[in-house]
Amino acid sequence: MSDQANREVAIEFLHATFEIPGRPALLRDVTLSVKRGETLVLLGRSGAGKTTALKLINRLLETTRGEVRVEGRSTTEWDAIALRRHIGYVVQEIGLFPHFTVEQNIALVPRLERWAEDRIRARVREMLVLTGLDPEKFLERYPHQLSGGQRQRVGVARALAADPPILLMDEPFGALDPLTRGELQQEFQMLQKRLGKTIVIVTHDVGEALLLGTRIGLIESGELAGVYTPKEFLRSQQSVAAAYVAQFRAYEQLEGGA
Amino acid sequence: MNLVTFFLHHQGEIWQAVLEHVWLVGATMFLAVAIGVPLGILVARRPWLSKPILGSANIAETIPSLALFGFLLPVPWIGGRADRLAITALTLYALLPIIRNTSAGIAGVDPAVRESARAMGMTERQILFQVELPLSLSTVLAGVRIATVLTIGVATIAAAVGAGGLGEFIFRGLAMVNDQLILAGAIPAAMLAIAADLGIGLLEQRLRPVR
Repeated sequence: MSDQANREVAIEFLHATFEIPGRPALLRDVTLSVKRGETLVLLGRSGAGKTTALKLINRLLETTRGEVRVEGRSTTEWDAIALRRHIGYVVQEIGLFPHFTVEQNIALVPRLERWAEDRIRARVREMLVLTGLDPEKFLERYPHQLSGGQRQRVGVARALAADPPILLMDEPFGALDPLTRGELQQEFQMLQKRLGKTIVIVTHDVGEALLLGTRIGLIESGELAGVYTPKEFLRSQQSVAAAYVAQFRAYEQLEGGA
Repeated sequence: MNLVTFFLHHQGEIWQAVLEHVWLVGATMFLAVAIGVPLGILVARRPWLSKPILGSANIAETIPSLALFGFLLPVPWIGGRADRLAITALTLYALLPIIRNTSAGIAGVDPAVRESARAMGMTERQILFQVELPLSLSTVLAGVRIATVLTIGVATIAAAVGAGGLGEFIFRGLAMVNDQLILAGAIPAAMLAIAADLGIGLLEQRLRPVR
């Protein structure tokens, strides 16, 4: 691959396999590249291996065969701490530190990176505004004093605080009620356009995948079943993709019939 | 009435004994926390060490206190002075609840929180000091509270080896069959225990992680 092409690839899975001895592989021989600035959605059932794939990127897990490269370097060549601070990570709302205020949660990585305090203060406010929360109201609150949607916004603010070029999101909107989820998804779409980050999202929600993904990687029983643009996905003959689309269409028809 | 006059009469001696007692308990708790908390962390990190460490602490707990003082008597340096001897024995007793609660507290931290700490690029050390210990602080304190109350009681036996404290009155009272003397040791000891229980309990509540 030429240098030019290399620079356009942010994350690369090369025959990545992850298995725990004595059990079927959680992820098998996945080869896939994520381009700089695109949003790749990993879609699949619970337990299909999506989260495993995500954790291989920031080395919460390490491949047992093959490798994952981030910005041209294998994750095992990276210093794990430096790699993780280079990559934002959003999990369901439970990932916030319960003993930290909103301010402390968002300022976490900048503080670890020893930014100057006034720069941190400005950055935290900027992140709250960016994610649609009023700094005056929220800075001093604790996670348990927030609604699920607000917690999720703080989670995104925390992940973006140190301005990492890559963002990983594991079912980021999964625990929210449908209305809040819809709102956040739309806001996130705007954010995506504004920030131009490389994003990998794990979800089992086909609507979310179609809405947010530049491309959709379909994962089925630990294997990559295919990678599609949303348009291709809707037309795909691949059986699992077709099943997802059929389920998605069922809602649409309901809408049309009403 | 009699008892009150007795207490007023021997005020100086009683205060002296209370101070000695507080010193024995304070030194013991300092050591027990300094040893017990790191051991608790170790047990939480390396589950295979749980059996040997908790097992040893458990055995120490089962040795009758008078016998333990006796066993330690020939140990160089420790056996040389009564207060060293007493503090060593008391520390051995205080360890178990502290080790157990520290490891339970750390094991009880939500795995999702720990994982997100790792994902944020925190080092193991930062996770321990900024996430795990703060979140398990109230559980650790509960162990310290149990250990302190226990130590205040057992420390009265330290008088048997001449380490002083409120036990002096109790042993003297027993020897002289004098109830007032016994109570002069027992009542302040009970009050100390209640005060420690309430005080640390309050602290524990204030530090309980909010959910």
